[in-house]
Parts: sequence; structure tokens; C-alpha cells
Amino acid sequence: MLAVTLVGQPCDYRLPPYLPLAYGGGWKFSSLGAMKKDCSKRNPLDALPMAACIEAVAKSRDYAAFEALFRHFAPRIKSYLLKVGRDASVAEEVMQETMIMVWRKAEQFDASKASASTWVFTIARNLRIEAFRRDRRPEIDADDPALAPESDPPIDQALAQQQSEAHLREAMTQLSQDEQMLLKLSFYDDMSHRSISEKLGLPLGTVKSRFRLAYGKLRAVLGERLGEQP
Amino acid sequence: MTVRHHISDEILVSYAAGSLVEGWSLVVATHLALCPRCRTRSRSADAVGGWLLESLEETPVSSGALQSVLGRIERESRPPGGTKTSASNGPTMLPEPLRSYVGGDLDQLKWRRLSPRAYHIPIKIADSETQARMLRFPRGIAVPRHGHRGREMTLILAGTLHDGGAIFARGDVEETDESIEHQPIAGPNEDCVCLAVTDAPLRFKSLTARLLQPFLGI
Repeated sequence: MLAVTLVGQPCDYRLPPYLPLAYGGGWKFSSLGAMKKDCSKRNPLDALPMAACIEAVAKSRDYAAFEALFRHFAPRIKSYLLKVGRDASVAEEVMQETMIMVWRKAEQFDASKASASTWVFTIARNLRIEAFRRDRRPEIDADDPALAPESDPPIDQALAQQQSEAHLREAMTQLSQDEQMLLKLSFYDDMSHRSISEKLGLPLGTVKSRFRLAYGKLRAVLGERLGEQP
Repeated sequence: MTVRHHISDEILVSYAAGSLVEGWSLVVATHLALCPRCRTRSRSADAVGGWLLESLEETPVSSGALQSVLGRIERESRPPGGTKTSASNGPTMLPEPLRSYVGGDLDQLKWRRLSPRAYHIPIKIADSETQARMLRFPRGIAVPRHGHRGREMTLILAGTLHDGGAIFARGDVEETDESIEHQPIAGPNEDCVCLAVTDAPLRFKSLTARLLQPFLGI
């Protein structure tokens, strides 16, 4: 059901009436055509349309594609920020910054590394750390010569990544309510296993083993897809 | 080089969620730079975040939000690319983000004496929970026997560290907690260099080490 909203949205967007620029030299009918073609693939687990919108922004600064992204992601990003930050005005501001960053960083989107929603999530996550915390979240530098190289990547990594994320989504819906809640607490409430155990009144060992079980199910799915060792 | 000791799922998911404080995150990110397998695992953890974002209910955004964002996009010029600490010539030993934290590669570091047989470089971390430092133990040296009051994560960057039956080499992470008391030994062939992050002072067994502890800050 979730995936249906995901693919449904970009097909519904209209040409933006507020931007004359979009009808002028900046508008590329080819990109719209490409997007419609992508949208017509009605695979409910296929996250390609949003990815196609990000790529259209990257290639031709496509405002219509950006609006489609905004309509789909902005209300969800705001929900995420309200869950982790709880202040409505800050959530609105960080949501807007996230969407601006989606525009600016569109060229860096790599469908072989992440789906559109995963990529947008990482941007929102990093901006909310900047907004709400004093400390930083250090990250790898993809251009660093000291980075250990990937060993034999799959032939079509983009396809493999999309398939594995589709499988992940399927696996997530098959988790029990408790298991889903555990993952949500980990992701939204900045909760360590210790604080989750206090909140739920469960022994720490129980929380740890339930988490291991739930996350293990997901990893098994992804691991198989990506050729990872267990 | 194959990394054999990896980051746990709990830590990796906290890092993906953005709830892991800076000190632990520095160990995770530096391990990721050295371990392609965990980069894949890290992308999977990010994908859980993407799925959860997708599954959230929609909260209405402010009425002028889209226009406001488009206006800012039109006005703002594109930001210039950031500057990075360059790697030294020759093979680089310290990957990012650690290299920038300590201000250079392994051969450019200014070690301070921590004890007669160990050297360290404290690393400035903005969170109030952890303490981070680089440590160097000369080859064959035993670290004084100690226990832990909290969690400790050690990432090996050069040489090896032998602990019980396990050998930790470049890229390997050793995670310890209150339940562990140990006496790791630097391997016999070269000095062992590691990144060590703790959230509580260690509990040394020997009286000398305990007496020195307040002055050493470990």
C-alpha cells in the first residue's frame, strides 16, 4: 500500500502554474516523457519514479520533477522531524532545508547506492543532527584515496540495490508489530537498547535479543541480495 | 586485507538513525572506510530509515512552503565544494574522517607519552558522553590489565593487538563492556596504533596504574 502511494504520486503531478521558467527554455519535454514511461511500469515495489525525478533535477534542473519530489517527501520529512525533534517551527525549517539540499545535491544521487527515499532520509537525518545537536556525525569521504575499495561489485548494482530495497520493504511488512516498534524506537526516539528496555519495562537482554532477531530477518534478506557474508 | 571483527548491528543502526554520538560515530565511520562489507551493511541500515520515512503519515507543511523553497533555490548560488585535509604522499594509512580529526596522516602525528610504554593523542569530540584518543603501543608491549565501567570501542589502524585467543588487525574493531577484563598485547612485528573511544574510565588492576590514572585521564 505504501509502495502504491510511492509510485502513484509522480504520475499525478501537473505542470507547475507558478513558474513561467518551466515553460520556457528550461523545460525539457524529453524528461517528462521519460518520467511518464517510468511511471507506467506499475510494479508496486518499484521505487524508480522518485529516483527518476531526482535524476531529472540533476540533469536538467527540472522544476516539475522537483515539485513531484516535494509533494511526496516534504510531508513525510516533516513527520520524521516532529518525531525526532518535537518543535513544529524547527521541523518546518529543517524540512525546507532538506528539500533545498535535495535540489542542490541531486547530482550526487546514485541509484546503485540507495533508493530515493533512503537518500532523502539520509539528508534529513544529517540536517536534523546539525539543527538539534552540538556534536557531529562523522562520515566516510567517498573520494578518499585511503578508502578500502569495494570487492567485485555486482554487474548491475543499481538494479541489485533496487531489488534488495524492494525485498527489504517486503520483509519489514512481515515483521511483527513489536519488532516494527523496536526498529521505530531505535530510529525515531534516539533510543539506545538500555532506554528502550526502561521504557518498555523489559530486561535489557530481552530487548537486545528481540532487536537482533528482528534486524537479523531484514539483514538476511538484504545479505542474500547483496552477496554479503552472514 | 580482510577485516574480521566488525561493528555490531546495534551500533550500526544507531549510526544510521543519527542517534549515535560523535565519539562512537568516529569509530564507525573510520571502520566503514576500511571495510567495504560494513559499508554495504550500513547502506542496508540506511534503507531501513528510508522505508520508515516512506511509511510515515503525512504532516501538512506550511501553506507557502513550496514557494518558499523554490524562492530560496532561485536566490542561492551553489555552494563551493568543501576543503579537505589532503593525504600525505605515498600510501595513506589513516582514512577519513579520522585523518581530519587528528590533523594528518600516521607519519605526521605528534605523539605524547602516556606511560613509560605507551603514547597517545587526545581527539577533540563535541559530545559529552565519550572520550576519544589515538593510542600507540610499541611492539610486544602488554597493556596493563584492566576492566571497564562502560563501553569501549577500539579500532586497529596499524600493527596488531592480541587479546585472549583473538588477533585484531588493521580495520578490526574490538567492542568491550563492563563484563570484560583483559590484558591486550601489541603484536611482535610492529607498533600497534589504534583509535580508542570510551564512555567511562577504565578500571586498572595494578596499584601503579590506578595511582597514575587521574594524571593520564584514561
